[in-house]
Amino acid sequence: MTNPVLSVRNLEVEFHTRRSILHAINGISFDIAKGEVLGVVGESGAGKSVTGLAVIGLIDPPGRISGGEIYLSGMRIDHLPPEEIRRIRGKRIGMIFQDPLTSLNPLYKIGDQIVETIRTHLNLSETAARKRAIDLLAEVGIPAPEKRIDAYPHEFSGGMRQRVVIALAICAEPDLIIADEPTTALDVSVQAQIISLIKRLGRDHGTAVMLVTHDMGVIAETSDRVAVMYSGRIAEIGPVQDVVQNPLHPYAKGLMGAIPTLAGEDKRLVQIPGSMPRLSAIPNGCSFNPRCGFVFDRCRVERPEPIAHGTQAVACHLYDAAPKTAIKETAA
Amino acid sequence: MLAFTLRRAIQAIGVMLAVGIISFSMFRFAGDPVNQIVSLDTSAAEREAVRKSLGLDDPVVMQFARYFGNAAQFKFGVSYQFRQPVSSLLAERMPATLELAICATIFAMVFGILMGVYSALKRDSALAKIFQAVSLIGISLPTFLIGILLIYLFSVTLGWLPSFGRGDVVRVGWWTTGLLTLSGLKALILPSITLGLFQLTLIMRLVRAEMLEVLRTDYIRFARARGLTTRAIHFGHALKNTLVPVITVAGLQFGSVIAFAIITETVFQWPGMGLLFVQAVQNVDIPIMAAYLLMVSLIFVTINLVVDILYTVVDPRLRSTIRRPA
Repeated sequence: MTNPVLSVRNLEVEFHTRRSILHAINGISFDIAKGEVLGVVGESGAGKSVTGLAVIGLIDPPGRISGGEIYLSGMRIDHLPPEEIRRIRGKRIGMIFQDPLTSLNPLYKIGDQIVETIRTHLNLSETAARKRAIDLLAEVGIPAPEKRIDAYPHEFSGGMRQRVVIALAICAEPDLIIADEPTTALDVSVQAQIISLIKRLGRDHGTAVMLVTHDMGVIAETSDRVAVMYSGRIAEIGPVQDVVQNPLHPYAKGLMGAIPTLAGEDKRLVQIPGSMPRLSAIPNGCSFNPRCGFVFDRCRVERPEPIAHGTQAVACHLYDAAPKTAIKETAA
Repeated sequence: MLAFTLRRAIQAIGVMLAVGIISFSMFRFAGDPVNQIVSLDTSAAEREAVRKSLGLDDPVVMQFARYFGNAAQFKFGVSYQFRQPVSSLLAERMPATLELAICATIFAMVFGILMGVYSALKRDSALAKIFQAVSLIGISLPTFLIGILLIYLFSVTLGWLPSFGRGDVVRVGWWTTGLLTLSGLKALILPSITLGLFQLTLIMRLVRAEMLEVLRTDYIRFARARGLTTRAIHFGHALKNTLVPVITVAGLQFGSVIAFAIITETVFQWPGMGLLFVQAVQNVDIPIMAAYLLMVSLIFVTINLVVDILYTVVDPRLRSTIRRPA
């Protein structure tokens, strides 16, 4: 495998509050290859969005990256001075946020916002940038782009605005797109269009995509690989087929069990008891242990590290060869 | 857009009519106008003759219609104390007040926006904290006290600036201006600061609060994710959004700057409309008081109208709702 576009190693993010330091991300590592879509799933507060913001260098105080490294095509970017990371944002990493209704500045024409972004990163004249903006709008599927370029954001529907946001994210041909719940605020019929648009753009331009969502359906449809996050850690990561059909981590199993199927019998959906721990009260050992049906003594004291298991990697003591005998007793 | 402007203009006329009624009734509340004109030993027949010649025996509605019709042509009658038409008295005094109000507003806007933006962007800096503290003083100290303190410091102690009056003025047509002479400009400084200080602190605090609010919005975060320069984000995106509410407040404040000029003009013996009004109150010169009330209301109403129209220039969302009313 060639150099991955994005390589995150043991990333840690913490937030300083008046009372204590909260660890939002607790040592996560993953790679995204050229043209690959990595889906990141998890409950609210699992650290999905914070991971995306950390990669693009938008963690604001009181938060900070407290450990680990981030490499973009082999170049370390997590410790760059603000001005240099600014040049990377928008040019080499594009970002799409959740709510298209509030992502665009209401007082400027969308064309001006695109031209402004293009001219910040590429050395183009006003007219050349405008022509590129029209091409971009056409590429993301906005009809009559040469007319719509002079419209204001409020003159677009939510789905169309998200297309404009995507056009803005890809306007400098980035190596990586971080899409933070790009479809959550849209209605279902538009969701599919936006997803296939992101997928197509990734394929056509060879762009790596980090797709943050809590919608397993979106992940299954778009991603090549998926990372399941739980309270600031990656519980399981692997090819999307394997993780969906054969989840290893008890949390991932619960998550997949909670997906309704059309073909399935009339069974009750599986529920994971309890809720994710708050950042101020993460239990010792494996953070999932209070909710886990397979919990045993080791889970309460030792934090599991990712273990390779076939094509997948899973952070669970169940898959550690040594204490396997202990499992059956507790689980029974 | 035209329909919108027209609708607002009709509303403005309604407001002016209401103010006209109040201003008209001032003549009645202050007693019989005839008594204020004639002397004590005028006979009853002569009083009736005066009453008739002034049209005071007509029905009230007729009198009001005549009054309002005249006022619309800027005919406000004759001042009791000066024996001159009120309109020429006001016209003579207006340039002084307007120059003062405009200078005070420019002073307040320029420094208010600069200080507000600075204290929003460098929230934790020492200077921003000083601005915040000083602005509290500006908001809570009464205008006349600020004026007196400034006179004491710059006129009495340091002797740099004049303590009263307009200095030398130059006549340009009917307009007298103090902007073209050195002494006129020097005389303008202290009153402008006194009059503008309250607005300055108000605008500064408003800009700061709005700017902090705008900097938290998604489109600013997205602008950062697009890799725009800090400069472009702060001054291109954030400031423009901040200015939308600031325009309203600053515009409406211009009306109160003119109204509050009464105090500043009294402190600095500034020969403007405010000083004229204070003298009119002391001498129960009702035609001047009534005319002043109408003039100030007219200025307020006009400013409101202009602010509404300016709004649509800045904010495209309003433009389309006006074009296509729901």
